[in-house]
Amino acid sequence: MSIKTKLFLYGTLLVLCVPFVFPTWWMITSSFKPNAEIFSPSLLPSSWSLEPWRQVFEMQPFAQQYWNSAYIAVVVTAGTLVVASMAGYAFARIRFPGQNVLFLVVLVGLLIPSEVTIVPLFRIFNSLGLVDTHWPLILVPMLGPPSVLATFIMRQFFITLPGELEEAARMDGLGRPAIFRRIALPLARPALGAVAIFTFLHSWNLYLEPVVYISSQAKYTLPQALTQFTDAYQGQLWNVQLSAASMTAIPVLIVFVIAQRQFIEGLAHTGLKG
Amino acid sequence: MTVGSALIRRRFWTTRRRDQLTAYVFITPALLGSLAFVFVPLVLVVWYSLHEWNVLADTFTFVGAENYRKLADDPNVPAVLRATAFFSIGLVVLNLALALLLAVLLNQKLRGTTVFRVLFFSPVVVSLLAWTIVWGFLLQDNGGINGLLDTIGIDGPNWLRSGGTAMAAVVIVQVFKNVGLNMVLFLAALQGVPQDLYEAARTDGASPWTIFRRITLPLISPTVLLTSIITVVGSLQVFAQISVLTQGGPGTSTTVLVYYLYQQAFQFHAFGYGATLSVLLFLIVLALTVLQWQMRKRWVFHEH
Repeated sequence: MSIKTKLFLYGTLLVLCVPFVFPTWWMITSSFKPNAEIFSPSLLPSSWSLEPWRQVFEMQPFAQQYWNSAYIAVVVTAGTLVVASMAGYAFARIRFPGQNVLFLVVLVGLLIPSEVTIVPLFRIFNSLGLVDTHWPLILVPMLGPPSVLATFIMRQFFITLPGELEEAARMDGLGRPAIFRRIALPLARPALGAVAIFTFLHSWNLYLEPVVYISSQAKYTLPQALTQFTDAYQGQLWNVQLSAASMTAIPVLIVFVIAQRQFIEGLAHTGLKG
Repeated sequence: MTVGSALIRRRFWTTRRRDQLTAYVFITPALLGSLAFVFVPLVLVVWYSLHEWNVLADTFTFVGAENYRKLADDPNVPAVLRATAFFSIGLVVLNLALALLLAVLLNQKLRGTTVFRVLFFSPVVVSLLAWTIVWGFLLQDNGGINGLLDTIGIDGPNWLRSGGTAMAAVVIVQVFKNVGLNMVLFLAALQGVPQDLYEAARTDGASPWTIFRRITLPLISPTVLLTSIITVVGSLQVFAQISVLTQGGPGTSTTVLVYYLYQQAFQFHAFGYGATLSVLLFLIVLALTVLQWQMRKRWVFHEH
């Protein structure tokens, strides 16, 4: 490759980068700007102010809301991993009467976005007295359409496992549950990592459901809480809102760094590769 | 326990039967979940669409096809469908084209592509609402984008408040948020294309464009199909971005179907009509998926 081509490629990549990187940069730096400076198009605050970061916790029960989002995402992710890996394994590795029909029944969930069913689900949860609780935000993602996608990904992965491993384990006298737990699951780490990231992100970003189901401020999840920094006052307190927004990016970053390698491997192994 | 009954028990509980029992136990949670949170609500949504349901007065009356007549006569519906189509087509075309461009660029033998890969992927990691809020901030009349345009002497429009630019702005915000995901999928696919095919084509004197169209594109077409299905279905579900950036306005220019459904059901408490709009959304998703699945026979080169 000639120097000219290389320079051209690097130039193109650098220009293309701007809209991907600039907003995040702007979000973080603006969150340290005093309110008077918030609209100045400077790349760095002239004086770094921690005031907006403090105000976040004063204007709303933000720590509580943070905890709400965190525990819901963890419960949903753990639950989905259990449900989806068990079902995915059974559909992939065991022959049983009704297998195809039952798989089809589960698969239909892939076709139906949660938005289609939100009206009846609201009525169901309403009649059970579960509106304004976290139950809908946990149960629906853990067992509904998002979990169906996870089941499908796990099944695709388990299909690729070599059968000899299981036969060898069977010779050693292991039953199915033990084969699943001791042989199949440890091998499925890349797929589990990919599913964990997808599920965590999905729960963390969930917005329509919290807006529909949750009405008390202390039960808000983060996406819902973020928008409230505008409504509470006459003007929008942008720097406070951007501080809060910056804080919500942190856990996702941590989860991502931890599961990153599994994620990329998982993408390559779960049939998503061309 | 006698020896005889133990023998009978063993014969009944063969390995196969034990396996089958395990399978049923393993699929039970997923199956119950699908029934409770997919099938039952799907049947109910059709049933509710035939009712007038007033939460405040606590009435639930059968009205037959009334809601569907309302749907046909609703002057907002054509505008909503137009906005939905505009958003989906804009998003899918821009998203796939940009993802493919980035993947091809990053697939070159070039130092430092890992860094760029991380940078392009980073918005996927930033939470959706945070990303939307910062773009809302940047796109205001006196926001960062117009500030930048100002420095080169251009007087930018009020992006989110003008009918001509609001939808384009929402599409752009969403493209940059998620294009990294499709980029990674395309990269994985590109790396699966055998190198000797490229070399052979180059020896034959094929231009880079011909190589891309005749070799690269056909070989990664299964991934293109998959990502386009995911992106189309995802684009129909957009809600948070609309709600934060434009609230469906100005006018109905950014009122996509899910946002309209939300307004009708949860803001105006017209749950029966909301259910009717849900049925419409379902039919659109179904039709598009079937259509794309049919198309795969025509333009997907090979399948595993």
